[in-house]
Amino acid sequence: MRRKNVVPNALAALALIGAAGTASGQHLTAEDISVLAGVCANCHGPDGHSRGAIPGIAGKPYVAQLALLQAFKADSIPDTTVMNRLAKGYSDAELDALARHFSEIGK
Amino acid sequence: MVSRRSILKSLGAAALATPALSMPSILRASESAGRVVIVGGGFGGATAARYLKRRNPAIDVTLVEPVDRFYTCPFSNLYLGGLREFESIGHGYDDLTGSLGVTHVRARAQDVDGVAHTVTLESGDVLSYDKLVLAPGVDVNFGALEGYDEAAAELAPHAWKAGPQTRLLKAQLEALEDGGVFVLSAPADPFRCPPGPYERVSMIAHYLKTHKPRSKILVLDAKDAFSKQGLFQAGWTALYGDLIEWVGLSGGGRVVRVDPRTLEVETEFGDVHKAGVLNVVPPQRAGVIAERARVTNEAGWVPVKPRTFESRTVADIHVVGDATIAAPMPKSGFCANAQGKVVAAAIAAELAGESAPNPSWANTCYSLIGPDYGISVAGVYAVANDEIVAIEGSGGVSPAEASPDFRRREAQFGAAWYAAIAEDIWGTRA
Repeated sequence: MRRKNVVPNALAALALIGAAGTASGQHLTAEDISVLAGVCANCHGPDGHSRGAIPGIAGKPYVAQLALLQAFKADSIPDTTVMNRLAKGYSDAELDALARHFSEIGK
Repeated sequence: MVSRRSILKSLGAAALATPALSMPSILRASESAGRVVIVGGGFGGATAARYLKRRNPAIDVTLVEPVDRFYTCPFSNLYLGGLREFESIGHGYDDLTGSLGVTHVRARAQDVDGVAHTVTLESGDVLSYDKLVLAPGVDVNFGALEGYDEAAAELAPHAWKAGPQTRLLKAQLEALEDGGVFVLSAPADPFRCPPGPYERVSMIAHYLKTHKPRSKILVLDAKDAFSKQGLFQAGWTALYGDLIEWVGLSGGGRVVRVDPRTLEVETEFGDVHKAGVLNVVPPQRAGVIAERARVTNEAGWVPVKPRTFESRTVADIHVVGDATIAAPMPKSGFCANAQGKVVAAAIAAELAGESAPNPSWANTCYSLIGPDYGISVAGVYAVANDEIVAIEGSGGVSPAEASPDFRRREAQFGAAWYAAIAEDIWGTRA
């Protein structure tokens, strides 16, 4: 339940992050994004549909999911196991694209 | 996912890309969006098969794999530790050959002719391809360690390719007397699954502590540092006290000779240790078909172009998984899967006459030290200046200080990872 408290803080930072993502000028094609998203399935299940203890990510609302990814990247969620280490490997534009990609997959 | 237009476009491209523009090959290309042969149905190969079909169902995908059921090295240590049934680490190909339409040829690939674009099977049958994916995993480099040959492996198993070897090691552990010594010889880098020997030792320690508490474990290592070392050693002390002794290279840990009949090993410093059960994790190289395809280097591994994992020496042969030189990516099942997806994307694009998308890979390797004690190492990788690089600031290992609940969650996530990736690759639904 700790996580829920973090999301509003991260949401507040989103406006800034969005601007930074645009400013970075990183152009991601649909194919690039599908490649980026490929590895998520390795833990979160095919297309983000999880059956196990790892949370599913398919169909999660874009804004909340992006906020969560950014919070992982900022390491602002205490007691995170691995998503902080992974989220730090992606640019803001990539995290944005991933959040949108999985939000558009049916639950 | 694939528009009619892109399929039509790919038809023309495939015909042009066909090496010899003879009539049969043109006819063949007009029937499909290209012909891909994949050798090896493990983490890399089966992933490539699935994701090629997902990207373009019109691509003709043939998977050459001699077995009907593939047993994974990941989680085979849990079987050795008594935490899993053997069948729970086996996966079939029905899901790939069913609605996805992958053709499974139950045969061993004998040879590859990269110029003619053909794969010859043991039966003598010949398959031709527009693109070949080699996912041969590793083979034991018999002969690299004195005394350790195929016959020796029946007495002192490596169990580094899951299957009969794994069951043999398990049977030997069960026959070990209480008070007997389990000796594991660990190789120098590079080898399949860098944390694997140490997870194995952990799981066998769990088994021995539970069933044969007077027994000991000796790890003789050909290197001075290993994956997640601090976490493993802290976990060993916490869970198993002094049950496990680890001797590194500079302490004389490198095994230079094995006597499989007496189960004795001799180290570089001349010490001889006698084992009750001897597990030699041996020196390795790319699976032999890679050498026959002439894509290996003198060390026995496959240099690849980072963006597409196409061989650096033979065109239209892509190689994925443990056989490749992909450092800083480790030789892990997770990375093989990630590479399989990138290769599928690259091949689908090239067959359609388009350029390959930008690659991106990640890794998360969970290791189990005890049933409720998991640790992990992670990384994110991309290409910069034609080299694979770890993204700065990403990745790393679990924290050295963590609560029992944290370790328990990583143990649970490890199991969830295995279920997720098995479904992602073979369609296995546990």
